[in-house]
Amino acid sequence: MTASRLSSGGLVDRSRPVSFTFDGKSLSGFAGDTLASALIAEDRLLVGRSFKYHRPRGVLTAGSSEPNALLTIGTGARSEPNTRATVQELYDGLVAKSQNRWPSLDFDIGAFNSLLSPFLGAGFYYKTFMWPKAFWEKVYEPFIRMAAGLGKLTMESDPDRYEKAWAHCDLLVVGGGAAGLSAALTAGRAGLRVILADEDFLLGGSLNASRAAVGGVKAPDFAANAVSELSSLANVTLMPRTTVFGWFDDMVFGAAEKVQKHVAEPSHDRPVERLWRIVAKHAILATGAIERPLVFGGNDKPGILTASAVSTYVNRFGVTPGSRVAVFTSGGTGYRTAHDLKAAGIEVAAIIDTRDAAADRAPDGVKVHYRGAVVDTMGGKRLTGIITERSGFEEKIGCDALAMSGGWSPVIHLACQRGAKPVWSAEKQVFLAPESDPRLALAGAAAGLETLGEAIADGAAKAKAVLSALGKTAATADVPEVEEQDFAGHQPVWYVGGARSKAFVDYQNDVHVKDLALAQRENYTSIELTKRYTTSGMATDQGKIANVNATGIVASMRGVDPAVVGTTTFRPFYTPVSLGVIAGTSRDEHGRPVRRSPLHGWAEKNGAVFVEAGLWYRSSYFPKGEEKTWREAAHREVMAVRKAAGLCDVSTLGKIEVFGPDAAEFLNRLYCNPMLKLPVGKARYGLMLREDAMVHDDGTVSRLAENHFFITTTTAMAGEVLSHMEFYHQAQWPELKVRFVSVSDQWAQMAIAGPKARAILSRVVDADLSDEGFPYLSARDVRLKGGLSARLFRISFSGELAYELSVPAAYGEAVADYIMECGAEHGITPYGLEALNILRIEKGFVTHAELNGTVTADDAGYGKMMGMQKPDFVGKQMATRFGLTAADRMQLVGLKPVDPKNEIRAGAHLLREGAEPSMANDQGLVTSNCISPVLGHPIALALLKSGRERMGETIIVFDRLRGDEFPAIVCPPVFIDPENERLKGEAQVSPQAKEEASR
Amino acid sequence: MASLITCPHCGSRPKEEFSIRGEVRSRPEPAAPFETWYRYVYVRDNPKGRQKEYWHHVLGCRRWLVVERDTLTHEVYGVTDAAAYRASEVKEAAE
Repeated sequence: MTASRLSSGGLVDRSRPVSFTFDGKSLSGFAGDTLASALIAEDRLLVGRSFKYHRPRGVLTAGSSEPNALLTIGTGARSEPNTRATVQELYDGLVAKSQNRWPSLDFDIGAFNSLLSPFLGAGFYYKTFMWPKAFWEKVYEPFIRMAAGLGKLTMESDPDRYEKAWAHCDLLVVGGGAAGLSAALTAGRAGLRVILADEDFLLGGSLNASRAAVGGVKAPDFAANAVSELSSLANVTLMPRTTVFGWFDDMVFGAAEKVQKHVAEPSHDRPVERLWRIVAKHAILATGAIERPLVFGGNDKPGILTASAVSTYVNRFGVTPGSRVAVFTSGGTGYRTAHDLKAAGIEVAAIIDTRDAAADRAPDGVKVHYRGAVVDTMGGKRLTGIITERSGFEEKIGCDALAMSGGWSPVIHLACQRGAKPVWSAEKQVFLAPESDPRLALAGAAAGLETLGEAIADGAAKAKAVLSALGKTAATADVPEVEEQDFAGHQPVWYVGGARSKAFVDYQNDVHVKDLALAQRENYTSIELTKRYTTSGMATDQGKIANVNATGIVASMRGVDPAVVGTTTFRPFYTPVSLGVIAGTSRDEHGRPVRRSPLHGWAEKNGAVFVEAGLWYRSSYFPKGEEKTWREAAHREVMAVRKAAGLCDVSTLGKIEVFGPDAAEFLNRLYCNPMLKLPVGKARYGLMLREDAMVHDDGTVSRLAENHFFITTTTAMAGEVLSHMEFYHQAQWPELKVRFVSVSDQWAQMAIAGPKARAILSRVVDADLSDEGFPYLSARDVRLKGGLSARLFRISFSGELAYELSVPAAYGEAVADYIMECGAEHGITPYGLEALNILRIEKGFVTHAELNGTVTADDAGYGKMMGMQKPDFVGKQMATRFGLTAADRMQLVGLKPVDPKNEIRAGAHLLREGAEPSMANDQGLVTSNCISPVLGHPIALALLKSGRERMGETIIVFDRLRGDEFPAIVCPPVFIDPENERLKGEAQVSPQAKEEASR
Repeated sequence: MASLITCPHCGSRPKEEFSIRGEVRSRPEPAAPFETWYRYVYVRDNPKGRQKEYWHHVLGCRRWLVVERDTLTHEVYGVTDAAAYRASEVKEAAE
């Protein structure tokens, strides 16, 4: 045993053992452990294999910057890959598995990649896998995917709940360490509404790993006292386990709270994670600093940790990563760790200091190597020793752990997420956040301060500044005294020369110093290019460990100052955030609510097959008996409508009521066709254009009273048209006295179409439905025979005698059932969207398949409908512009295949006979198609250049994707009953039309 | 993009409740020259800096608003109801 639990000490609760498994082996720790500290206590330093070379890797840090100890936590649907063991709170029953190894962590075939490493340098993808081209998809990529990578996602659905919430405060303090607690205390005592958030489950930050005395008590006790005082303040909200991951406009911060990520079986009463958007008047970032590793040969062996991590494991968790620990440092931090180790009774093998001499005092009896360098390390899956070099002399030092420190990088991420560029401080040799917003301040280590005393004083000072900005005064309270040994700062050594093996910069992506050098040699010198070429800083830790070192190394290679090289761009998220918490409650039916028509139950009863249309479930067809395909059912439904009658649910159409003395004027300006003189009791087809004269939407406009209109829109454009109307009413013509409201959900609407429609409806509606009593395009309030108020419209989307009946939504199903009952003797048939579509194609009626945003009213054949005499309507001005009146515009036509066996399919392009298929030769496209049950052969609607002049021309239907290429004849888009005889119903049907329908 | 918009009717609301139409342009008189209409329909200034935009409070009061904001810094200078904005525009033109 080398790494072990110390006999005493730490903030873990030794009375509460916690059991967990790692790669199937049962292990135990204590409440208060992280998974990493518990693994170290069990001498499990090897926890993973690296991304590319499959090198053995161990815990490197004690916090969220961890690049190595990425494990899959949980089982089944709750298994979560790439969880950092260093922040994962230990809980009873935790199941952890290592990643990127096969067959096992100890024996990993992929480690063979290490032998290939000369070929796997930066840019190797681009150079190696260039040819043969066909190999990429079949050979190279699958190989790379198998060999490289991290954990695997479960394919099971997430069983847990997530939620989102807003929070508001005067001051948000990000980070609950020395500076953060001090800021929160100062602001909280003065009565500000304060939120203090910290990613850790235990507030206190580095205080919890410090042996200093603060305000006369031990540092962790000072933290606990501060937390208990803050908890007692009603105006302060403490949010442990909450990572503030982003700073957005208007002082909105994003934060992810892990509510139940520390239990095996989360309670279903609460979410497992919560996404917070915190609106703060002011914010103090007390986010601390991340310790940099030193970049030296063999710096990635399990057992090599950052010095502060070693101190944290020893002081906070009461575990040691080794029994004989060496220290390699470029400043005072290593000495502090040496003292921490010594105080815990752990042997310190030596301190290797890169400086010439130091003010720092080593613990008694510990040998210090000044101007020292570690050039290589020994051991395989565990460090067994280091090789140091000084003035040409080398020495082997046996040790089972190494604490290294290359200095500190302030955590300035949040402050730089909105475009502010970090500023290099030559004095402190760190990147600091520039001042970018007076409402955001950095405090403590995040502001480049080094000692606990400075951090506590700075936190209080920054909070006082917020108080005065908000017009409050701070209660007088002493800033506590800190008694701590002084340690000097660091003299950065970006790269330790003389490395005998790989010196890693980005551990997680396996980027070493030579990769950075290669990028410079190949002229990817900008740090943003170096990053992308080498992948340094592109792993899930987003370069927390690597980036500043990479900047320093590139600066040395280029012979410039780090200020010249700069940093890559900081973006949210600070640490990985689960997709689950970003989705919140918006999943499944909550993310995509199901809209059911008021006639859904009626359709279900009649055996409808439903189709999703946007959020709507619409009845597609109603199969009967032996019918196996939608087409069989739809064709039967079509023939029923043409010969007898059908009932179709059209409730999904958008419906808007328009009221007011200016309602007619308003609609007259919105529709391109005239509406002013629409008589009361009449309906009219209406075409809305956009300002660029393209068709926006179509529908019907009915005038129910002088100042009361009812309009319909297409299903898809219901919301869009309402917004369009609101825009013109509010932003353009606010002087018009008009009010309107969507009533799409208030009315159930059904189409009753076919020669028997009148006979059937006469039994339902208490009104004279004769041609004289209720002529074509009538639109009136009516009463049903039972007394129910309803609206009846004589409009037709099938070319048959047809009505649309609107009843209050709740009555829809009952009325539809009753119509079916009344129509049974006449052969009434429910028909769905498919039959509706065939019926309208046979009649050449357009939908958004034709009105696709590039089509003008004239293109669709409605040119004459436009009320060009009107002084103004939306789209009028552009309708006459040159490009929109050109003779070769694509116009709506019909198509019939020369050989009726050829089905013309929508999406096919049109070519002149003999023309090469090319964009230049493109003549148009097929927009809708069907096999006409009436005509017995395929028909289609198409948009064709100068189409209306080309009737009778033979044209080639060309579809390379589906292998279609055959001739078709251009014809008018109305395939049946061009005289509209059938609208009149049974009595008036001409013999010719009758014959057509019966064919 | 601003995270919060102060709707004159609903107060400070998250941007997810709004949809944005683009920059505010006055719709010309019907008799205006073609060039004026052409510019209204097709040409956008796309400034780097201050811009007035139409925002629709779709998931709130459903009023169209004129939001004046900085496209570079995202600072919002003011929010007006579009009808009030139009009225003041008409009044200005008359004066």
